[in-house]
Amino acid sequence: MTGQLDQLFVSLKQWLVSFLPQAAQPMAGILLSISAIIGAFATMFAITTIMERKILGRIQNRLGPNRVGPFGLLQPAADGIKMLTKEDIVPFAADKLVHFLAPVVLIIPVALALAMIPYGRNMTAVDLDAGILFFFAVGSATELSVFMAGWSSQNKYSLVGAMRAIAQMISYEMPLVLSTVSVLMMAGTLSLPLIVQAQSGYIYEILPRWNVFTPWGLAGFVLFMIAATAESNRAPFDLPEAESEIIAGYLTEYSGFKYALFFMAEYWGLFAVSGLAVTLFLGGWNAPFPFLQWVPSWAWFFAKLGTIIFGFIWVRGTLPRLRLDQLMNFAWKFLLPMSLINIVVTAMWHFSRVFQFVGAREMRWVLCALVLAIPYFFLGRALGEGRPAKRNYKFAE
Amino acid sequence: MDLAFIIIAVLTLASAVAAMSLRNLVHCALCMVMTFAGIALTFLQLNAEFVGLAQLLVYVGAVAILIVFAILLTRSEDAKKEVRFVSSSTVVGFGVVALVAVSLLAAIQHTQILPPQSVVAPHVSVKRIGEQLMTNYVLPLEVIGLLLTAAMIGAVVIAMREPDPADSVDVQQRNGSPLKLDPDSKKTAVVANE
Amino acid sequence: MTPLHQYLIFSTLLFSIGLAGALLRRNAILVLVGIELMLNAANINFIAFWRYSPNPEPNAGVMFVIFSIAIAAAEAAVGLALIISIYRHYRTTNVKRIDGLKG
Repeated sequence: MTGQLDQLFVSLKQWLVSFLPQAAQPMAGILLSISAIIGAFATMFAITTIMERKILGRIQNRLGPNRVGPFGLLQPAADGIKMLTKEDIVPFAADKLVHFLAPVVLIIPVALALAMIPYGRNMTAVDLDAGILFFFAVGSATELSVFMAGWSSQNKYSLVGAMRAIAQMISYEMPLVLSTVSVLMMAGTLSLPLIVQAQSGYIYEILPRWNVFTPWGLAGFVLFMIAATAESNRAPFDLPEAESEIIAGYLTEYSGFKYALFFMAEYWGLFAVSGLAVTLFLGGWNAPFPFLQWVPSWAWFFAKLGTIIFGFIWVRGTLPRLRLDQLMNFAWKFLLPMSLINIVVTAMWHFSRVFQFVGAREMRWVLCALVLAIPYFFLGRALGEGRPAKRNYKFAE
Repeated sequence: MDLAFIIIAVLTLASAVAAMSLRNLVHCALCMVMTFAGIALTFLQLNAEFVGLAQLLVYVGAVAILIVFAILLTRSEDAKKEVRFVSSSTVVGFGVVALVAVSLLAAIQHTQILPPQSVVAPHVSVKRIGEQLMTNYVLPLEVIGLLLTAAMIGAVVIAMREPDPADSVDVQQRNGSPLKLDPDSKKTAVVANE
Repeated sequence: MTPLHQYLIFSTLLFSIGLAGALLRRNAILVLVGIELMLNAANINFIAFWRYSPNPEPNAGVMFVIFSIAIAAAEAAVGLALIISIYRHYRTTNVKRIDGLKG
């Protein structure tokens, strides 16, 4: 029974495909997977927008949307209808073709990236040998889309926002990729389902073997999540869209359905990068304890994904926006050295596996954690020291 | 002939021609990105999965963004009124290109190509590439590492703004280093001067 | 015509387009783009030969292209740094007008 529930979607797909002639089956299978992913994440986008507004409202001591439907739960539908029926304004001076193509170039790579993630046992739409490489390769196209949006609008706020966004995304892509390297080193593969498989099983029959429960995994997870927040332009790294400084950055001249597409692509990017974090560090679809294995694997995946998204919303409600120089210093002087040190620590962890005496497992844990904690302390202090002196304004005060 | 190959080849060549002939530099850069993506697709079609994805990552993700930044940083007025008249150098240039193209095509046309030993496409796993990089190709790998480091340092040193003795003193005093990439630093110096 | 012929013709055309751009365009950035196109055409040849020819060394083509991409990236970075440096000095990126040797 539990096995059937676990493989529910896989068998459903096989059953649906079996009606078709032999020649059309592979194509139909691919189309089914694509429509399932798009449908699931479009629904999740709607749920996340309403949850985000509700949670932010709770954090800021107000109600949040509460007019449409019971408890305001139909708000996403109302927003969708509004976005669809709004006038699509294109500036007179804009480069029309590039202006039109920018949201398309953003949403296609994000959808492709979503296809790589293993959502459950046997539930990977595209199982590539170099899955992670594919993820980052298509992810790099989003920078281009941001540039296209900012440049084609012919508006200084758009261009400033796009340049900020690209500088930020390039700077944070480095720690993002380097923090995944430690996982790849330990798993010995670039394929995402195999990385999940490497994290299955339990230590002492009870503790999960997830990467996040090792010193390098924990450090890698924190680095990855910080870089992912910056990559998806969310608060506190939302400088590209800082509405109080540069209106809405590269989205200034977008309205109607194109704006909705951008909005959706940003959330999909968030889902994709959170899904990658779940896969790499949180054990993918594995259950946290052996006695909970009766819960279907895909339910575990989406529960973990939801937790991470809640974390993103919480951070957004809590932290103020960074300044541009703080942003750059943080990426290049803190995250990058830390992720390089993390790779060294991973190698230490790997080679200290040979020690088999009593307490060796605990000792190497403490040792590796120390090697990470000492540079963390000194780098953090160095980051605080280089601050520019207080400005003296002659006429402002 | 393979239909997928024809589509990819035509799109790639058309975007390459556009990248080399359009007037607006940003349009050129965007067409160039399309060409690079087409080349990556060609690699994927030829069963070179890793190389195709690396091509996408390096060219679309890094080189294209670099070029776009360079175009925006060097916005000169004469880029728009680049007059096209048939000068002697244009004719010579086209002549050279035609000569190269015709001789290469003729050489290809007259070459007898041995049939491949196996009809099955060779499969190269990422693991195998990694193993080979660490064994047979370890010296080239190290040389590439050195080259990339040298190129990075070189690019930073070349593109670094030459310290202007008039205002760099103030910037140095306030920020501790003249190498600040901070757009505010100049403004800070001006405020201090006032 | 074998598949290898197709790919060789494709890469020849791409190489010619890149060469034409590098020789005929005046903007230094586009000259650099032309050179990148020529490098990519060479990479297509490596992969096509690796895929369709009797190959004693199984992975040589793939390895060569990986190193070639790395070198092309380094070349682009240094080339663009040079262009920006020149632009600061001359206020132009037109290669026809950057003709003074005296710094």
